[in-house]
Amino acid sequence: MSGIAGRASRPRRRGASALPLALTGLAVAAVALLVLPLVGLFLRTPWSRLAALLAEDRVHQALRLSLVSSLAALALCTVLGVPLAWVLARRQFPGKRLLRALCLLPMVLPPVVGGVALLVAFGRRGFVGQPVEQLTGITLPFTTAGVVLAEAFVALPFLVVTVEAGLRAMDRRYEDAAATLGASRATTFRRVTLPLIGPSLAAGMALCWARALGEFGATITFAGNRAGRTQTMPLAVYLELERDLGVALLLSLVLLFASVAVLVTVRAGSFTSP
Amino acid sequence: MRLPAFRSVCAAVALTVAGCGGGASAPEPPPAGRATGDTLSGSLAVLAASSLTDAFSEIGDAFRRARPGVELTFDFGPSSGLAAQVLEGAPADVLAAASLAPVTPLVEAGLVESEPQFFAGNLLEIAVEPGNPLGIRALGDLARDDVILVLAAGEVPAGRYADEALARAGVDVSPSSREADVRAVLSKVELGEADAGIVYHTDVVAAGDAVDGVEIPAEDNVVARYPIAALAGSANPATAAAFVDFVLSAPGQRILRAHGFAAP
Repeated sequence: MSGIAGRASRPRRRGASALPLALTGLAVAAVALLVLPLVGLFLRTPWSRLAALLAEDRVHQALRLSLVSSLAALALCTVLGVPLAWVLARRQFPGKRLLRALCLLPMVLPPVVGGVALLVAFGRRGFVGQPVEQLTGITLPFTTAGVVLAEAFVALPFLVVTVEAGLRAMDRRYEDAAATLGASRATTFRRVTLPLIGPSLAAGMALCWARALGEFGATITFAGNRAGRTQTMPLAVYLELERDLGVALLLSLVLLFASVAVLVTVRAGSFTSP
Repeated sequence: MRLPAFRSVCAAVALTVAGCGGGASAPEPPPAGRATGDTLSGSLAVLAASSLTDAFSEIGDAFRRARPGVELTFDFGPSSGLAAQVLEGAPADVLAAASLAPVTPLVEAGLVESEPQFFAGNLLEIAVEPGNPLGIRALGDLARDDVILVLAAGEVPAGRYADEALARAGVDVSPSSREADVRAVLSKVELGEADAGIVYHTDVVAAGDAVDGVEIPAEDNVVARYPIAALAGSANPATAAAFVDFVLSAPGQRILRAHGFAAP
């Protein structure tokens, strides 16, 4: 780093050497912004009540529902999101930029608005939900499937954007070589493209899962709040804030530890080099 | 700008002096509020429960007409959240809550100027789809298998009251969802996702044609009582007392009735 800076023929060397210092300072500020609230969370948490809380049935229910629904949402997002990322990265067609913008919209939409949008589309009176109910008798609001759908709606763009970036950054000559050697397009995608975008896919899946796990607004709006069926951990935390701050803090930390544990496990498994 | 500020300082000093002279006879702020009469001015920040949004906006308009010198602002939110803001030191002059429970800690901490006074009541009602297609007539119908019922969560007052009313009526229900607040219950019924929900009478009034209301008989019903109090941290105690007075006065009460509130 310093070698590159030294070679640069800028007249103001002092400024150039001050840059890393400024960057470090800003990085420290970033760490403070991210970590201080967590420190506050740890300091205010009534740890002595943790054991009693962990024995409660409703906590198990919420934690289990959070893990099951977020993993189901991740599976749905992966199955749908990787093909969408591939289309956005590799295909040329009119209106592609508009399509990409539409697909990424849930990232900037307030999740509660997303929940209302899901209701008016897939709800019992929604323009999709109503005919579906008449044909099949299936409704999504107030069901675990509704939770998965709400989480997938909010989390899918994170996977798409990351995988698309990976596809764009990848060296396409490997794909060309595979095709030259007689591999079909499907084989090339499966044996060459997917392994090459492995790190982007893993990062996209981690982001997507984390977003699904923490999802609150769209879930409570679309799927409602029912213990054991649609009450995920973030919903339990939010409602507990109305009753007992201490319990709410403990619940948030339980969720935090569960998610860190999963991410560390996945990371340890997916990266061979440090 | 300087003159009104000077005036409000004068008013504050006058009230402090009056308070010192009055000694223990403090629970009568109304005369002090009236004594300053038309000279009331300065800013007044009122924190009020979400369910008061429409009624208090109208009361605010009437108050501004009566006291043109006062710059009145409202902050509507959940009662517990507003009370927490006051506890954390947020600058505000008056708090109007949907139940006494969140105000009690403020009284204990000495953060209210005078004892909270009840100024309105609100009855529970069953909100159903317009035309009541499922023929819901009483709390007992909410236990029917063909009725999708939504209640507020047990953590918020509306949910607690609903549980109480159902218990009184001896009805055992399995709601499809316990929503985070009473307005979310209303919107689930408005959107047609739920067939019925228990909300406040004022919510049914505010929803207009979007829902119909089914009354709950008095013996099962629960009255939510709304307290109001001037806050001790107010920079403008005379104006704060005048606003509390106005809410309790006949014109203020008329506006509350028009929005569906009951007598306290």
